[in-house]
Amino acid sequence: MFPKPIEKSSRRVQIGYQMVLPVVMLLWLAPLLAVAAFSIRPGVDFTVGNYWGLPSSFEFLANYGQVFNSSMPQYILNSFVITVPTVIGAVALSCMTGFALGVYRFKGNLLIFFMFIAGNFIPFQILMVPVRDLTLDMGLYNTKTGLILFHVAFQTGFCTLFMRNFIRALPFELIEAARVEGIAEWRIFWYIVLPLMKPAIAALSVLIFTFIWNDYFWAIVLTTGENAQPVTAGITSFNAQFRAMYHLMSAGSIIAALPPVAMFFLMQKHFIAGLTLGAVK
Amino acid sequence: MATTTPNKQQMTQQSWYKRNEIAVTPWLFLIPGIAMFMLYVILPVFQSFYLSLFEWNGLGSLADNGEYVGLEHYQKLFSNDRAFNISLWNNLKWLIFYLLAIPAGLMVALFLNQKVFGIRLYKSLFFFPFVISQIVVGLVFTWFYDPQFGLSNWLIGLVGIPPINILGNPTTATYGIIAAGLWPQTAYCMILYLTGLNAVDPEQVEAARLDGAKGRKMLWYIIIPQLKPATFIAFVVTIIGALRSFDLISIMTNGGPFGSTRVLSFYMFEKSLSEYGFRMGYGAAIAVVLFLIMLVFIAYFLWSMYQDEKAAKH
Repeated sequence: MFPKPIEKSSRRVQIGYQMVLPVVMLLWLAPLLAVAAFSIRPGVDFTVGNYWGLPSSFEFLANYGQVFNSSMPQYILNSFVITVPTVIGAVALSCMTGFALGVYRFKGNLLIFFMFIAGNFIPFQILMVPVRDLTLDMGLYNTKTGLILFHVAFQTGFCTLFMRNFIRALPFELIEAARVEGIAEWRIFWYIVLPLMKPAIAALSVLIFTFIWNDYFWAIVLTTGENAQPVTAGITSFNAQFRAMYHLMSAGSIIAALPPVAMFFLMQKHFIAGLTLGAVK
Repeated sequence: MATTTPNKQQMTQQSWYKRNEIAVTPWLFLIPGIAMFMLYVILPVFQSFYLSLFEWNGLGSLADNGEYVGLEHYQKLFSNDRAFNISLWNNLKWLIFYLLAIPAGLMVALFLNQKVFGIRLYKSLFFFPFVISQIVVGLVFTWFYDPQFGLSNWLIGLVGIPPINILGNPTTATYGIIAAGLWPQTAYCMILYLTGLNAVDPEQVEAARLDGAKGRKMLWYIIIPQLKPATFIAFVVTIIGALRSFDLISIMTNGGPFGSTRVLSFYMFEKSLSEYGFRMGYGAAIAVVLFLIMLVFIAYFLWSMYQDEKAAKH
């Protein structure tokens, strides 16, 4: 283990480390904690310039209540309606592409695989105008469906990379044995490979959930109205509505950030497994 | 294409259908994914290339309302477009300074790679900024920098330094945004390195320790070489992240003050989809330039992945 385990150091060093930890963490999260502190202050504190002193009153319920009385719940709902089908769609598609690329050897296998990887890296802007036109032509501009379809297609790139590498690491003998038994290929996929992919599916789902929830660019390119915009885009209109009311804007930001944070803390193991796939060999 | 690898003896007994099943199945599984990816990702790249040769305001169809101008847009971009120049320079700044996330992430990882009470929670809390959307990060840092009530200015005020308006000053604004971006990116690199450190071979570390290696020497000669896979991924995601930067700029300064924080991705959006006009062709030309810059890195990543694939071939 590197650095040297702290247990092997003197008692003084150990206590010092334990005391430094929370301080460094508070500094690290300071910008966020500041916003959290703003979100429970009353509005008057900002008009009189009491930014960092004790709040004149605790307005947690009032501030957050007001956030829930705005269009924020609609935006949050939109985010869910966009994110969940995208996760299902992208994971389903990539289970299939990952299986095809991970199990079979055929001409063009690596080429197709690299196409997915390369596509996953390209800048969004080069897709912007054509994808917007395509969405307009399909009559899906400013709908959640239009956004979902694009997200599913784009995320398939990253998901395929992930799934294919995961399937490559599975014991190939299982598939060969099944073939000797004469089991149909699609059954091999459904009954043998898919159950083994559960950890990958879990990891990928959490990761894609966060990616899509946090998307801003495509939200402003493909949607404009309250009926379809997810919370990342909605928060700018929310902030415009409550301009200079920092206590409400802070509370709004906290609410907007919450679902992926909850997802992360609940599914931490899967999240990190997904993120660090390939970080060790 | 009909040949498959499994057992030779089996093959001779297999029916024609069975052999073709193995050749055809991968394509059946690939069709939906490839179709979607082609429609939404691969084709649009080529369409953008084509579009960049036209002057088009996005209304009606390109064939009817677009005017073919050849390479005029590119000529203009590189000869007399100051905003484009600024954007290019800012992209370079992003590339260079965003990479600081890698050593910073390594340092945080080294700091946290201990087994004390509650360390798991500390690791999660350090990772936390990566999970929040860049929009919220942007808002949080805009307020953090605020000359009137920002925490940063309150802190430097404690030691008697007058407030600085980081985002309001053209020379510092871009750095202020990059610093905000480094916050989640460092967290990302940290988690990559924590996983990497977990997999470091303890025997090698012990052997090196017996040879008298410690501290910085140990880190440089023993640990960092073993962290190579983590470093590679950190490098890939940081470069891509730097060139993709858009959300933070859009939310923190909206390209200002005086257009000083524009980058190519933002400038492209501004030209083709904002109140400054709907010059789709010109925007597409900017996107093509950004794409070509990215392509250099993509080619390098694919090349190194190809080397790995070749080495791992069974």
